[in-house]
Amino acid sequence: MNQNDDASPAVRLEGVTKAFKDHRVLDNITLEVAQGKGFCLLGRSGTGKSVTLRHIIGLLRPDSGHVYVHGKDVAALRGRELAEVRRSMGFLFQNSALFDSISVGENVAFPMRRHTDWPDSKIREVARAKLADVDLEKDYDKMPADLSGGMKKRAGLARAMALDPDILLVDEPSAGLDPITSAEIDALLVKLKKKGTTIVVVTHNIPSARHIGDELAMLHEGRIIAQGTAEELDRSDDEMVRAFMRSEGSG
Amino acid sequence: MTERLGLLILSALAWVGEVALFGIRAIGEAFLPPYEWKEVARHVFEIGWRSVPLIALSGFAIGVVLSMHTRASLERFGAEAMIPAGLAIALIRETGPLVAGLLISGRVGAGIGAELGAMKVTEQIDALEAVAVDSFKFLAVTRILACIIAMPLLTTIMDFCGIFGGFVAEASISGMSPQLYFHRAFSAIEFSDFIPATLKTAVFGLIIGTVASYLGFNTTQGTEGVGRASTRSVVLASICIILINVVLVKFIFFMFPVKA
Repeated sequence: MNQNDDASPAVRLEGVTKAFKDHRVLDNITLEVAQGKGFCLLGRSGTGKSVTLRHIIGLLRPDSGHVYVHGKDVAALRGRELAEVRRSMGFLFQNSALFDSISVGENVAFPMRRHTDWPDSKIREVARAKLADVDLEKDYDKMPADLSGGMKKRAGLARAMALDPDILLVDEPSAGLDPITSAEIDALLVKLKKKGTTIVVVTHNIPSARHIGDELAMLHEGRIIAQGTAEELDRSDDEMVRAFMRSEGSG
Repeated sequence: MTERLGLLILSALAWVGEVALFGIRAIGEAFLPPYEWKEVARHVFEIGWRSVPLIALSGFAIGVVLSMHTRASLERFGAEAMIPAGLAIALIRETGPLVAGLLISGRVGAGIGAELGAMKVTEQIDALEAVAVDSFKFLAVTRILACIIAMPLLTTIMDFCGIFGGFVAEASISGMSPQLYFHRAFSAIEFSDFIPATLKTAVFGLIIGTVASYLGFNTTQGTEGVGRASTRSVVLASICIILINVVLVKFIFFMFPVKA
């Protein structure tokens, strides 16, 4: 599944800076995510966590710095080369971003229809299996508008997993979910990680981050102010980091 | 005051430039693989086939009204025999193409602007990119191509429904036979009347698809922005069609001079 040898990082951000008009959202961010590990990006709202995630998949380009995915500089790629790197990633959007004109099942089937030459029967079978992983196998033919927020999130996760990506980027998996569903999604992410998928999660939810993350980083005002294991962040010199780690925030 | 007017003109020109670049990029990418023929066909159906009732009914009604006006004018000179020819020329050369363009900019332009705008604000366009699909090609190029293909076909339908409407009006007033009416109508029409005037609507299609897709892709500010994109698509596409039509008509007269 992994494209490079295990020693090289799956994702590496090098001096990434990004500003929107006069507001600098990311300020010289450098971080690495090891292959097959869980990496959680923590921080208060508006600190640039989602912006970081969008840089990794190339939806945003840095004003300066580099974003490497499997050793390729995403910010420098265009067209087919960028599409090729993106095919190795899955992205769960905070609001799920399901295509609302097609059914839930077809949302999950969509990446397969675009990027594989599998017959329709196999695509449907795999899409049903992915939906079953998130407990939505009975909802294949429903439209996204007919799902609850939590179900949309799970369907979005099923779509993100459709092509068995090497890297799964997850933006606020617990936001708006009940604790049980949230725990189920965490368990699924851990299961994927054990299969070798690199997981990058943006979250406010500290219990969830402790569960998924082998390594955690905390963003504050566009800078990484702490990075390490959960235990290391618990012992941070920075009072704000310790306070954040003590919180039970659920997104 | 002058400074504000100058700024307004400059920003309008900048907008036209951006939209033009968007359209040129779309045309360029239409010739590059991967080709999205399935999506183009789906949109031709959505844009074209689903617009047929509107176009046919409008064409019929315009034909009836034009026939009544033509009769009122030509009757004074005892030239009622010219009614079918006059109506057919007016419809095919100008009324059909322009009205079809404006109707489709209303129905389709608003739809594309709103649909793409809603996709933008709900991150569905980003989601397409995230699953390694070129959103510009998949969403904009396919719709623009569909508009270019559908417009001449819809215009032809409008022309013929208009001529048929004219016949119904004429037959009910003067009792003219269908054979005589259609003979008089079509004997006055040459290919140089029909082909350039109908093909120019492909340019209208390009304008409608480009303006609406551009506004949809650049939608901001949530649902309010979606409404604005939809409304602006109609207004700006209609204005562009009316203005470009002046240039196209001049060009057609230059290329195909009307014989005395």
